[in-house]
Amino acid sequence: MDFGSIIDAAFSNAFGPQAIVFALAAIGLNIHFGYTGLLNFGQAGFMAVGAFGLAVAMVRLDLPLPVGILVGLVASAVLALILGVPTLRLRADYLAIVTIAAAEILRLVFGAVETKAVFGGSNGLNGFTETWNSLNPYSKGIDVGFASWSRNDLWAMTVGWVVVALCCLLTWALMRSPWGRVLRSIREDEDAVRSLGKNVFLYKMQALMLGGVIGGLGGIFFALKQASVVPSDYSTNLTFFAYTALLIGGAARVLGPVVGSMIFWFLISGLGAFFSQATSGIDPLIPASVMTDTQASLIRYILMGLGLMLLMIYRPQGIFGDRKEIALDAR
Amino acid sequence: MRLRTAALFSVMMAGLVFLATPASAETTSPSPGPSASAPASDAPVTGPAIRVRLLDQQEGKAGNNPPPVPGVTVTVSDDSDTEIGRAVTNDAGVAAVAIPGKGKYSVSIDESTLPDGVKLTGKKTLDVSVNLTSGQNVAFPLNGKVVEATPFVERFVDSVVSGLKYGLIIALAAMGLSLIFGTTGLTNFSHGELITFGAITAYFLNSTLGLPVILAGILTIGIGGLFGWGQDRVLWRPLRSRGTGIIAMMIVSIGLGLLLRNLYQFFFGASTRSYTDYTSQRARDYGLFDLSDKEVAIMVIAIVTIGIVATIMTRTRLGKAMRAVSDNPALSASSGMRVDGVISSVWTMGAALSALAGVLLGLNSQVNFMMGYQLLLMVFAATILGGLGTVWGAVLGSLIIGVITEVGPLLGVPGSIKEVGALVVLILILLIRPQGILGRAERIG
Amino acid sequence: MPVDITSAREALAALPNDPGVRKPDPIVVGDDITRTFGGLKAVDVQHIEIQRGVITALIGPNGAGKTTLFNLLTGFDVPDSGSWAFNDQSLAKVPAYKVARLGMVRTFQLTKVLSKLTVIENMRLGATGQRGEKFFPSIFKAFWRAQEDEITSRADDLLARFKLDKKRGDFAGSLSGGQRKLLEMARALMVDPELIMLDEPMAGVNPALKQSLLGHVKSLRDEGRTVLFVEHDMDMVRDISDWVIVMAQGQIVAEGTPEAVMADQRVIDAYLGAHHDADLSEMDEEALAAQVEAEINAEENEA
Repeated sequence: MDFGSIIDAAFSNAFGPQAIVFALAAIGLNIHFGYTGLLNFGQAGFMAVGAFGLAVAMVRLDLPLPVGILVGLVASAVLALILGVPTLRLRADYLAIVTIAAAEILRLVFGAVETKAVFGGSNGLNGFTETWNSLNPYSKGIDVGFASWSRNDLWAMTVGWVVVALCCLLTWALMRSPWGRVLRSIREDEDAVRSLGKNVFLYKMQALMLGGVIGGLGGIFFALKQASVVPSDYSTNLTFFAYTALLIGGAARVLGPVVGSMIFWFLISGLGAFFSQATSGIDPLIPASVMTDTQASLIRYILMGLGLMLLMIYRPQGIFGDRKEIALDAR
Repeated sequence: MRLRTAALFSVMMAGLVFLATPASAETTSPSPGPSASAPASDAPVTGPAIRVRLLDQQEGKAGNNPPPVPGVTVTVSDDSDTEIGRAVTNDAGVAAVAIPGKGKYSVSIDESTLPDGVKLTGKKTLDVSVNLTSGQNVAFPLNGKVVEATPFVERFVDSVVSGLKYGLIIALAAMGLSLIFGTTGLTNFSHGELITFGAITAYFLNSTLGLPVILAGILTIGIGGLFGWGQDRVLWRPLRSRGTGIIAMMIVSIGLGLLLRNLYQFFFGASTRSYTDYTSQRARDYGLFDLSDKEVAIMVIAIVTIGIVATIMTRTRLGKAMRAVSDNPALSASSGMRVDGVISSVWTMGAALSALAGVLLGLNSQVNFMMGYQLLLMVFAATILGGLGTVWGAVLGSLIIGVITEVGPLLGVPGSIKEVGALVVLILILLIRPQGILGRAERIG
Repeated sequence: MPVDITSAREALAALPNDPGVRKPDPIVVGDDITRTFGGLKAVDVQHIEIQRGVITALIGPNGAGKTTLFNLLTGFDVPDSGSWAFNDQSLAKVPAYKVARLGMVRTFQLTKVLSKLTVIENMRLGATGQRGEKFFPSIFKAFWRAQEDEITSRADDLLARFKLDKKRGDFAGSLSGGQRKLLEMARALMVDPELIMLDEPMAGVNPALKQSLLGHVKSLRDEGRTVLFVEHDMDMVRDISDWVIVMAQGQIVAEGTPEAVMADQRVIDAYLGAHHDADLSEMDEEALAAQVEAEINAEENEA
């Protein structure tokens, strides 16, 4: 067993581009769920709209990268508007179902044969990263001993972590302000807030749009770092995993989603590498009669499901959350 | 048959290439029949070639082996319309034209060379893109049923019936979801896994232990109920007594769903499998629609089950208690022994119904570790459409969702993503009548 | 500007004790307000006027429609029909938050303090017209720091007045029932309302705190605000109200000064006749469970 490569996989992914995608998605969810109490189960949809906004603008309309990014962000803001107008007046669990349904509709439409001319069918779109790659200042990858990244990863990480830091800064500034105070109050009791003369609907809409746009940013980053947009990447599982990351770190904490995403990817990659090694080779640690390597690749998701349940039951505030100040009253 | 030809036709239209499926097309199995690969030895040409196979698909004449149509001339041209070669079909109905390699070609059939009584039912020229070095097989539909000729009414009725069947299966699962929501307030995101549990359990009993499908199905209902009872006992009841909030429980159910889904895949694998019996059956013609015997059986079983549930809910003490707990959230919140007992029964019944839904779904199509998860959104849609927490609403909502899903493609919903129609309707309904069709408006203040 | 209480009371005392009687200086006027729940008329008020600058009590048995009327007047519920105005401005179809901004602020029967916010944050939330509550200005503290300081000092004054200053930094969830009622009232004052509507301010408050709460309600009137409150506690109604409106089965059945109303036969009838149709939502769970059990048994016996 090569523990070095397991540690390498775990750390490389904990700090790598994939963790950044999740961090952005989870920061958006933190604004929705952690601070405002909105159950958005369609974050994958916001990400997909951001990613396809970018890709369609650049591939089909030949627009430059900055315009593509703008299109992606505007598209996710528009999605928030379209979903929010009708559902923000409904019960919290209805918002959950409408957003999950909307995200599925988007994924199906993006991947459909009938819309292939625009969205590229199930293979999606690629060929929009020329500008992105040309801006890469790095000439080669890096190996720091316990982790290693390629040249492209390094570039994505540089931009990505700066964007994550800016989003965290924005969240911090907003949540210490009276605006954030209104959001946290809505999370607890929106009727009380309404009785004090605040337009609750407007605040919820602003929160939904802000979190959706940050999710869209996550989708755009996802598209750029893997140089393609594939509809099946934006399934509901993506939303569920982003929630898991958020809850690991702790909802309603500025850095909760970031730390949570890093831990999530550390565990997923570390466990993945461990079980992959344990079942491969001539004389595997775990014999094939116990589990095959295909089965072994599932263990991490089984543990993730179990972990999410246990986390929710025994430590709903996450690792860094304060039990007194969270949306989840699990007691 | 009609659906089959329609599928074949649309596949050809899309520029893909298929070998003619003979009259095994009468089976309802969605997978291509075993005769889908043509023996290459039929053709004298070696190397890359386009092989055209012509079979007379006329009903009645066909049987299981549609007769080949010899003596027909076919022409192959390349991308720039230059003729590459032509050939005449041999006794096996096969004509092979050698081609230079991969690329785009068009294949035409000379209608004047068709024997009397044989008519072309599709396009005269097909665009073919050859992606394999060995070449490509091509078929022209001859004497098939012409899709356009099927009256809209008939296609509509066929879709409605197929939608009702789909809706009845959803209804079984939706009643369970609705009951559980009504009594415990839990929006259960692992409900799909109860459906998959049924399908996989029945597969295990049937395929591994060798029990007949019907016996396996009946046993599965019991095992499914036990699974639900145990789940409530081990997980949900302790959470309720801890006073865990409904949102926290919802997220626990997401975790449980993830756990179960991957466990299923761990043990069952990622492949799609069938029960040992009733995999392919001929559809009978019932006038305006066709149904195979197993489809009729699925619908009858579902209707009878819904009837039994209706009787339990209205006639028995347990059923009345379930409705009472479901109607009065205040009551279900106060957790006495009696309420816990009722909730236990609800979980048992809900899980048993969902397991049955899984068995029927597996019987209708096939078994897969994702099947319940893929149906979950439809079940949610049905439950909300009818009114969360109302059992009759769940049944009504399911039938509507089923029919919309199947009829949608006739009304312009892209066929490859027909679920979209149902989901859009779900969202629209929530906007117009958030409490659902049979739900009661909430009292504020 | 405070109204002269004595002369206002005299003017009211001269009015006939009829339901929907016209007042000399009404702040709220409502006509033909109806609201049905599943065929049951919860509220059916032909005419209602609330006198400015005095304390009006709204009483009636359980299920009389008092809280529903509160919800309708403040925009928390939508009536089937009716029109009503606050300071001559029509409020039909005006959303709840605008009603509050106009100066008509309510509290709730089940206290709605924000448990996971501190007491002072609860108070600050009440202030209206905050620049820092707008999305873009909120990002930079410079835009809202000065106003926040001003709001905080106003909040601290009110907390001192309501004897909550020692709890300033505590989570509101840690307060007792009575303290929550006080906090809710103080928070409502942060909006600076002309009319403050209290839904059962005494419910769940221990007797020791009741007297001080009564004092606070009176002080609201004495600083010039109009008070409308729903209450069951007849002693309180007698003690502090200047005018009493009695509701039963959704309608106003009587009005008058506390003394006159207590002696009114219609009021006594309304209370005595109320036991049979108590509102389900206000029954406690045990009673409900028992009722459901009884219904099941009854159906069982039929079958």
